[in-house]
Amino acid sequence: MTERRESMKDNYIVQAWLVILLSLCFGGVLAGVQIGLSQRIADNKLAETMGQIPQLVPGAEEAASREDEVAGQRVYRAYAGGEQIGWVIPCGGQGFADRIELLVGVDVAAEKITGLYVLEQKETPGLGNKIVEDGWRSQFAGKTTMRGLAVTKAGAKTDSEIDAVTGATISSESICQIVNQSLEKMRGGLIAAAGKE
Amino acid sequence: MTEATGGQPPEAAVAAAPGREGPSAGERFINGILPENPIYRQLLGMCPTLAVTNGMQAAMTMAGGVLFVLVCANILISLIRNLLKPHLRILVFTLSIATFVTVVDRFLAAYMYEMSKQLGPYVPLIIVNCLIISRCEVCASKQSVPTAIGDAVGQSLGFALGLASIAGVREILGSGSFFGIRIMPAIWPDWVIMVLPPGAFITLGLLMGLVNWYSARSKGSRG
Repeated sequence: MTERRESMKDNYIVQAWLVILLSLCFGGVLAGVQIGLSQRIADNKLAETMGQIPQLVPGAEEAASREDEVAGQRVYRAYAGGEQIGWVIPCGGQGFADRIELLVGVDVAAEKITGLYVLEQKETPGLGNKIVEDGWRSQFAGKTTMRGLAVTKAGAKTDSEIDAVTGATISSESICQIVNQSLEKMRGGLIAAAGKE
Repeated sequence: MTEATGGQPPEAAVAAAPGREGPSAGERFINGILPENPIYRQLLGMCPTLAVTNGMQAAMTMAGGVLFVLVCANILISLIRNLLKPHLRILVFTLSIATFVTVVDRFLAAYMYEMSKQLGPYVPLIIVNCLIISRCEVCASKQSVPTAIGDAVGQSLGFALGLASIAGVREILGSGSFFGIRIMPAIWPDWVIMVLPPGAFITLGLLMGLVNWYSARSKGSRG
């Protein structure tokens, strides 16, 4: 009985040799592709982040910006003429379909949003992915960070209201939540740092 | 949206001549474009057909990705066709397709970053496009490499044509533009429904009906 079972097992492995071999080859190929390209992909992302800094913090010079850390999160200091005029904060969280990654520009005291950029998203094409469009993103500029941002469908009136993307309320709310959370953390970090000095 | 290869894929238009292995590379190529069009004749790859045809740019980048993956997968499967075990072949097909799709995805992210961002959600969809697995099954696992390449290119062109027909109608009516450039007069009220999922079903249904009506009519006039 055991003999028979073992010969069966042998048989399955013999039958599957091509699948096993291909899996190993493909695994090797993908590992190679990943090793060869990951640095370039990371560079692309960083270049995109740095390239966005002048739009996110109006007036800032791309070359003069540098990376820093506040309250445990990675941020970028935006400089103009040797003086810091704002921050760019990378942040992310769950959207409607998948993770959304954002860059938020704020003034130097982190009291006002100066710009928003969507680094990565996989929201519904035609609806949720409208969050990447200039027209929608530009309304974030000038909003306050003192109160949490809220989504409205009736037309934003105050400086803490954001118009939802038509047909994509959840995507819009996700973005506001991500921004609120990361700004709260950022402001907490800045206040703590100021207290220490 | 996931898809299943429901039953055997249709192998209709040009029957194999007696004494030959199957249609030649040229026949495979021609068949793929219209007589065996993946979308209108085989009804394969309906997921991208419905999901990414709200604009021409997205549809054509999708078609480009499918072309690359289908050609690579067909070549590889054709090369190893004599080693395939019948009950493990689907596994081998899926493994190969997924690998090529991942390579495309990484390559785009590294060298065509903007394009990769635009394609983002569409690239993984190529893995579940059963047009590709169907071509591996119907052609590449049975025929030589040149035939498999002819088949892959023909089917991809047919797929691109199908996507372009639906995406063209949807983008023009729904966004008033073509390849992102506004072509409708400013007075045109964009039919938002055409950009939303119902627009995909309506357009596909009407175009499919048109194609069937036309082919039935031309068949009638011949007979």
